[in-house]
Amino acid sequence: MDAELITTELVDLDLAERDRRAAVRSLAQRLVDAGRVTDLELFLADVEKREARMATGLEGGIGIPHCRSAAVTAPTLAFGRSTGGVDFGADDGPATLIFLIAAPEGGGAEHMTILAALARRLVRAEFKQTLTAATDPALVAAYVRQEVAP
Amino acid sequence: MKFVAVTACPTGIAHTYMAAESLEQAARAGGDTIEVETQGSAGSAPLDPAVIADADAVIFAVDVAVRGRERFEGKPVVEVGVKQAINGAAALFEQAKAAVAAGPPKTGAPVPTSRVGASDRTGAKVRQWLMTGVSYLIPFVAAGGLLIALSFALGGYEIVDAPKVTDQFDALSVRGWAALMFQIGSAAFGFLVPVLAGFTAFAIADRPAIAPGFVGGAIAVTVGAGFLGGLVAGLLAGGVVSALTRVRVPRSVAGIMPVVVYPLLGSVVVGVLMYVVVGKPIAAATTGLTNWLNGLSGTSALLLGALLGLMMAFDMGGPVNKAAYAFAVGGLTTGTGTSLQIMAAVMAAGMVPPLALALASTVRKALFTDVERENGRAAWLLGASFITEGAIPSAAADPLRVIPSIMLGSATTGALSMVFGVTLRAPHGGIFVLPLIGKPLLFVVALVIGTVISAVAVIVLKHLKAGAPRGAEPVVSTSAASA
Repeated sequence: MDAELITTELVDLDLAERDRRAAVRSLAQRLVDAGRVTDLELFLADVEKREARMATGLEGGIGIPHCRSAAVTAPTLAFGRSTGGVDFGADDGPATLIFLIAAPEGGGAEHMTILAALARRLVRAEFKQTLTAATDPALVAAYVRQEVAP
Repeated sequence: MKFVAVTACPTGIAHTYMAAESLEQAARAGGDTIEVETQGSAGSAPLDPAVIADADAVIFAVDVAVRGRERFEGKPVVEVGVKQAINGAAALFEQAKAAVAAGPPKTGAPVPTSRVGASDRTGAKVRQWLMTGVSYLIPFVAAGGLLIALSFALGGYEIVDAPKVTDQFDALSVRGWAALMFQIGSAAFGFLVPVLAGFTAFAIADRPAIAPGFVGGAIAVTVGAGFLGGLVAGLLAGGVVSALTRVRVPRSVAGIMPVVVYPLLGSVVVGVLMYVVVGKPIAAATTGLTNWLNGLSGTSALLLGALLGLMMAFDMGGPVNKAAYAFAVGGLTTGTGTSLQIMAAVMAAGMVPPLALALASTVRKALFTDVERENGRAAWLLGASFITEGAIPSAAADPLRVIPSIMLGSATTGALSMVFGVTLRAPHGGIFVLPLIGKPLLFVVALVIGTVISAVAVIVLKHLKAGAPRGAEPVVSTSAASA
């Protein structure tokens, strides 16, 4: 892996946007700034397409907007924490932990294993607690990287 | 309890793995064990067949189709969307346990997943690949074959010589329509070998192998290598593409490999091999086999019928069965009397195995397990419909006794059908195409005799082995199968 899954710049512990699209756009802008997404609008359209198939909100205050997109250069995670919550369509209410997962189109299996590892962490209580309690973006990025390390 | 699961979601990035993790966590918490196959973008390691065989129930947490679903046939199944597995895995285990308590699913046909006579994994794999190809072939046989049968029924056998409907089509004459049906059916038949090759390759190496497989299959047709050539082309294409995918490539081009490079290189390699290297020998072998079988129909119809019967029963829907079947169907388009006799013999012989096992398990319940009797009941209908695969569950449980028995009966039926001169215009359908059978009464006679012979043989062999029967009730000593 020549590009880290997540870096400090890709963590927003105080995501202000309350609207789903706005929140995703804000996180996606970080992906663009980090050079992981080449075309913001294309990427957002792909995320929206995936969201339209089935809402990505999960019980327990989690939203995982994601897509495979030609606009993505490397598997990347942008993480946002929202105090007010953003509605991702989960049955039990808005999401406070938002994971925007960007996967390159047609990426080989080996590049996807890191996203698989990340997805598995998302359903572990300890992982969620750590992210909920975190105060430092750099530590969050380091923690996630260490958790998904093979 | 032991469970297996498959998780799959549309993008294959997140939910697939979250569901797997949730299921594993819930299994640990509940003191159960589970193995999950994640059919996602990080590649999926298929579950060990032994683990599947050992599992009490199956959980499908999927929003897309399960790949290789037939591997789980006969197991109690709980099927939900991936989200349900993520949010409520514990409840799913409760459902799965309830499904176990309810027993295995009773409806539906048994599907040929069991390994017959091949305990080694390579053999089982090759069989699975070929069966995938064959399963995609069947719809073409059904559509094309029934159209051809219909055209014969409407226009007589000389319809094969009718001019092309593009040159001449008379919408007001029955003959015009018959010619049209025949030519549509022939178009469908033209796909048989390419589809077989393409989907055999697909089973081995997934989508990138489809093009090389189809191309190889089409070349097999061109060089006259037929069904056999199609099998070889499919295996070659699958092998070549799966070898290509092992070559590591820079990330920048990884994306175009499956769409452009593998199909291109695979087609080139398979095409060269089929045209230049293996095509001709296979064509020669196919011609030899066809000539030999056709020669037999001249000299000894009885021998040909018996041989085709043996082939039909040998692997119950597998490659050997389909080779015999392809030979018969290939003759249909010629419309000659002999080829219609061959078709009748093949169908009759192919109906024997399931019917014989149904009969045996009905008259001698004690020799069969509950599951086998259950299969036996389904086998009546499967046999009557000419689905030879209906015999597989019973044969898989006891191949050494069942397969020789059904081969004996099928050979008898095939031989009798040829000797009686029974003809058939349809490629499939079992007793439901009785109106298309010439000498239907003799067809039934041949069928019944072979079925009874096989049933008796199975019963005798099982007796010899058992000494004491497996069931609880004592063996009634007299009255063998009376049909």
